[in-house]
Amino acid sequence: MQPGAQSRFTDHGSPIIRTNSSNEFAPGASEWPDDISRREFLRLAGASLALAGFGACTKQPIETIVPYVKQPEEIVPGKPLRFASATTLNGYAQGLVVTSREGRPIKIEGNPDHPASLGATTIWAQADLLELYDPDRAQAVMRGENISTWNDFLREIDSTLQAQRSGGGAGIRILTEAITSPTLISQLQSIQQRFPNSKCIQWQPIAPEIAVAETVYDLTKARVIVALDSDFLFMGPAALRYARDFSRARRVRDPASAAMNRLYVAEPTPTITGSNADHRIAAAARDMLGIARQIATRIASRQRSSILKGETKYDSWIQAAAEDLLANRGASIAIAGQTQTPEVHELVAEINRQLGNEAVGARIAKLPSRPVNQLDDLRQLVQEMGQGKVELLIILGGNPVYNAPADIEFASALRNVKTSVHHTLHADETSRICHWVIPAAHFLETWSDVRAFDGAVSIVQPLIEPLYANISTHEIIAALVEQPVRSAYEIVREFWRERNQTAQFDIEWRRALSDGILQNPSWNTSSEGAEESVAATTTLSPASSEKPSQLEILFRADACVLDGRYANNSWLQELPRPFTKLTWENAALISPELAAREKIDNGEVVELIFRGRKLKAPVWIQPGQAENSITLHLGYGRTEVGRVGKDCGFNAYTLRTSEALWFGDGLTIQKTGQKHSFATTQHHHTMEGRDFLRTGTLAEFRADAKRVAHSQEGPARDETLYDPNEYQNRGYAWGMVVDLGACIGCSACTIACQAENNIPAVGKQQVALGREMHWIRVDTYRSGNIDNPQFNHQPVPCMHCERAPCELVCPVGATVHDDEGINVQVYNRCIGTRYCSNNCPYKVRRFNFLELNAGLSATEKLAKNPNVTVRSRGVMEKCTYCIQRIEAARIEAELENRSIRDGEVVPACAQVCPAEAIIFGNIHDPNSRVSKLKRLPTNYGMLAELNTRPRTTYLAKLRNPNPALVISEQRSVNGEQHERT
Amino acid sequence: MRDSFSNKEFELFMAQLFSPRANVYSRVILLGIVILFCGAGWATSTVFWSPYTTYVGVPFDQPVPFSHKHHVSDDGIDCRFCHTSVEKSAFAGMPSTQTCMTCHSQIFSDAPVLAPVRESLSTNTPLKWNRVYDLPDYVYFNHSIHIAKGIGCSTCHGRIDQMPLTWRANTLYMKWCLDCHRQPQKYVRPRDKLYDMTWRSPRTSSTQGAKLVAQYHIDTTGRLTNCSVCHR
Repeated sequence: MQPGAQSRFTDHGSPIIRTNSSNEFAPGASEWPDDISRREFLRLAGASLALAGFGACTKQPIETIVPYVKQPEEIVPGKPLRFASATTLNGYAQGLVVTSREGRPIKIEGNPDHPASLGATTIWAQADLLELYDPDRAQAVMRGENISTWNDFLREIDSTLQAQRSGGGAGIRILTEAITSPTLISQLQSIQQRFPNSKCIQWQPIAPEIAVAETVYDLTKARVIVALDSDFLFMGPAALRYARDFSRARRVRDPASAAMNRLYVAEPTPTITGSNADHRIAAAARDMLGIARQIATRIASRQRSSILKGETKYDSWIQAAAEDLLANRGASIAIAGQTQTPEVHELVAEINRQLGNEAVGARIAKLPSRPVNQLDDLRQLVQEMGQGKVELLIILGGNPVYNAPADIEFASALRNVKTSVHHTLHADETSRICHWVIPAAHFLETWSDVRAFDGAVSIVQPLIEPLYANISTHEIIAALVEQPVRSAYEIVREFWRERNQTAQFDIEWRRALSDGILQNPSWNTSSEGAEESVAATTTLSPASSEKPSQLEILFRADACVLDGRYANNSWLQELPRPFTKLTWENAALISPELAAREKIDNGEVVELIFRGRKLKAPVWIQPGQAENSITLHLGYGRTEVGRVGKDCGFNAYTLRTSEALWFGDGLTIQKTGQKHSFATTQHHHTMEGRDFLRTGTLAEFRADAKRVAHSQEGPARDETLYDPNEYQNRGYAWGMVVDLGACIGCSACTIACQAENNIPAVGKQQVALGREMHWIRVDTYRSGNIDNPQFNHQPVPCMHCERAPCELVCPVGATVHDDEGINVQVYNRCIGTRYCSNNCPYKVRRFNFLELNAGLSATEKLAKNPNVTVRSRGVMEKCTYCIQRIEAARIEAELENRSIRDGEVVPACAQVCPAEAIIFGNIHDPNSRVSKLKRLPTNYGMLAELNTRPRTTYLAKLRNPNPALVISEQRSVNGEQHERT
Repeated sequence: MRDSFSNKEFELFMAQLFSPRANVYSRVILLGIVILFCGAGWATSTVFWSPYTTYVGVPFDQPVPFSHKHHVSDDGIDCRFCHTSVEKSAFAGMPSTQTCMTCHSQIFSDAPVLAPVRESLSTNTPLKWNRVYDLPDYVYFNHSIHIAKGIGCSTCHGRIDQMPLTWRANTLYMKWCLDCHRQPQKYVRPRDKLYDMTWRSPRTSSTQGAKLVAQYHIDTTGRLTNCSVCHR
């Protein structure tokens, strides 16, 4: 590293980041959590030492065994059962396989046969498990403040309906979220038949608008992808599929035949997709139209001549993207994000038409019952509500009081409704105003069906009886048209039975339940799937970018709590957001240039004034943010929420109006002088000249593959005080490879690990002290120009060093090696000196400072994995390579008298990964996948120079920059590589 | 000092602090301390190994005074009739109330001692047995693999066919587990003897054990004493 290169890593204008990079630990990280000082503690500890020994004198309590009265035939106690089901993301299916132990779901995995999952899951699907066991869920039918019953509700609804019959149900309105369930849609249609004047309205605050959801891409066929303000790898119903296809198309193993796709991204705020781009520009959301237009013009005129420099700062990017698209006709794709205007989508569709990219991006049948414009319907509904025309309003899910646009006064109008019913998982802001609150059944508790992004139907199969007095969506809708109400199972099964009257139905139904997908294609082509024309609306178009210095506001779904529905989920709240690594709250993201111009510091609270509405928000300076765009994440500032989500962040919906759902001009900011402190898990994002994360380009890989990872030989094997011949030839030797080239940085591994290994959440205060418990974290580093840096993600689990520094310093032998190379932590030996953590160069050890599992509610205890010890206060813990899965596979194999097969042991992080970036296996087997990857020239060990001999190694991240652009724009990024070698 | 006091006065003033007996006292006290520490150690160890702590040989009260002696010795019922999952799961399995009632709806169908079983069936509430063999929560024991590797029931559970009420036959301390994990050849049996309560390892030679260890592919490299084998 040359001295001159240092400046590239320095963050100008952000003293907080600078101090963070010099102070490894947050202030107070070494202090005890209570009010007791360290000295006081030692005094008490001394006094109690004599008595402490007696603590071990407790006699083992007598426990009971409770066998079944009638043993279900399929349950073998101690053996897990797996069932196919499906969750929804913005209404669309994500196929799941849910693991159940003795009748309680304990882990959610993806369904390898489902087109929207392929075996992976999103972070939200993982967290759905905690949602099921959330003790703050709505538990009883409520009438106002009083507990009521389902039957009381049915009686009251009956009399209301009787009165409505004469008017054709003119006073009945049903407000839903985005729905794709064929049964529910048909039920709503039957209500429409019974009450012709009733209306169904949809409102989903972060649903894909208009045309986006109806196009699916086959990214395996795309050699060039141009994304305009689109986070297609992370958000959206097909994100898992796209991530898998995208990363597969970038996987290179052999330098001779290496080929990669190329991704161009223009976006106003850093996203997972943007961080995986080969060329990214940070452009305001309002500029996307101009960019799309320029690309379209260039493609229409097939203009290949180089343009004049200096027109706008995006010209070279636009030119390169357009030329690359033209050079890859039929094998390229342009994608516009859901946050963009219909004009941009039309332009992008035109670009794809011109290029003949139908094979890559196909428009599929429009999903049934999707209103052309949710907003107009919602506005009309609120108008009718305000006029007192609505007698009965049934709100199925969603939280419109909280998340309807601020200019649509939903809350006050709702008070004018004669009878309002809220069917919801959690009592929230909307429930508070409604007359009736019906507790909704979680998808793991009830039957339903749902469509995937490509139209494939899955049956939602429950694994557990409702924990409380929960009612399914199908049952509450059925209550409007039938008496007595059938169960959700009967409703869903009857619906499909009517569509398949053959004798084969039972077999096919059972197969659909077992496979998790209705494979009979004739079932999918039901009559509701008729194509409707896409009507472009003009209401959404923002003001043009006449005044470029004017600030732009961006509304985005939070990367963890989405639109606020997961606000009471501690796993998601504590999952570090990509890039900021913020936990438990949101922030107003501003660019470093804006911060310097306005002299705003990180954590300063500013007042945002947008079209007459005001909101105070703390500022986070985010490199990679477009200069004049300020991002606000939705989903925070909830007022009616459970214990977990209370007092987290600010409510960005208060600024979000129907004219500017995703972005808008005319924002002004004022400093307030107040300061706010954040809780982040990564305090600085530069590598300070070191090379934990090694990157290179495809061209470099082709030329000299070894140089990319500059993997010099590590210290010799015998340069050690340990036995150099340890682990030479003995059975299995477990190892892991993390393919940084594939990793997109979605953090699904972190949350899957949390679910699998009973890892607790610690809360904002403890995260601020650096005491988060995640066994695998995703570090994000940036390099290059701070205005538009390149981001790289690196998952870091325990390295399972063969020469582990942690083991040497443990005074009680609580961290030792087993013969297969796993660095094990023996909880019952650990006395909590934390020496191991101090001596670990990777900082992957986590200490239980508090009794984090005390005071769990009865339901939360059900979520724990019975195969993993629940740790108590005072012990160290860390990644075990999911040893419970290794042992389960070993026992399975030994019972069958064979060896464990390659790929039989899949740790939770590897299983969930949509990009297949984590590979685990036996490194003594030369033919295992992991051995093959470890032989690649791009394989390197992090800090291998310390002679730790890590079992977890990395494959260097490769990018495929356009040579034409490298010279100008990306010079600094790749320059860094050259300087180092 | 001598200037101001006479010898006699000095002796009076500074009389011997310790009488000759003090030597004896000090020796007794020193010995006493040693005895006290040893005694404390002995007492601790005695309590630690006593049935009071280990429950070894202590019959457990149960909701129904179930006798393995009767069911195994007198009736000749195989272990797996009730403990159905012992060959395929970590948990050996406990018989459901229905399993009990397959026989007891026919025989002893109105015995007062079986009232809790009948009540369990009629009210659909499970019986709650007190757990005799209880490992700490950080230990993960798997029945199926032990059976597959030739460890018979009575090796750990003792002569269960002679227990009117079930008691713990072994301490379940880690030392006890490791005895076998270190020297499996002393405990492995031929496959047909797994459920044989009377089987005893042949004292004369361990050649059969070594042969079985090889036949069952039991690891002899020492991996079986790794922490991760039982703790996770």
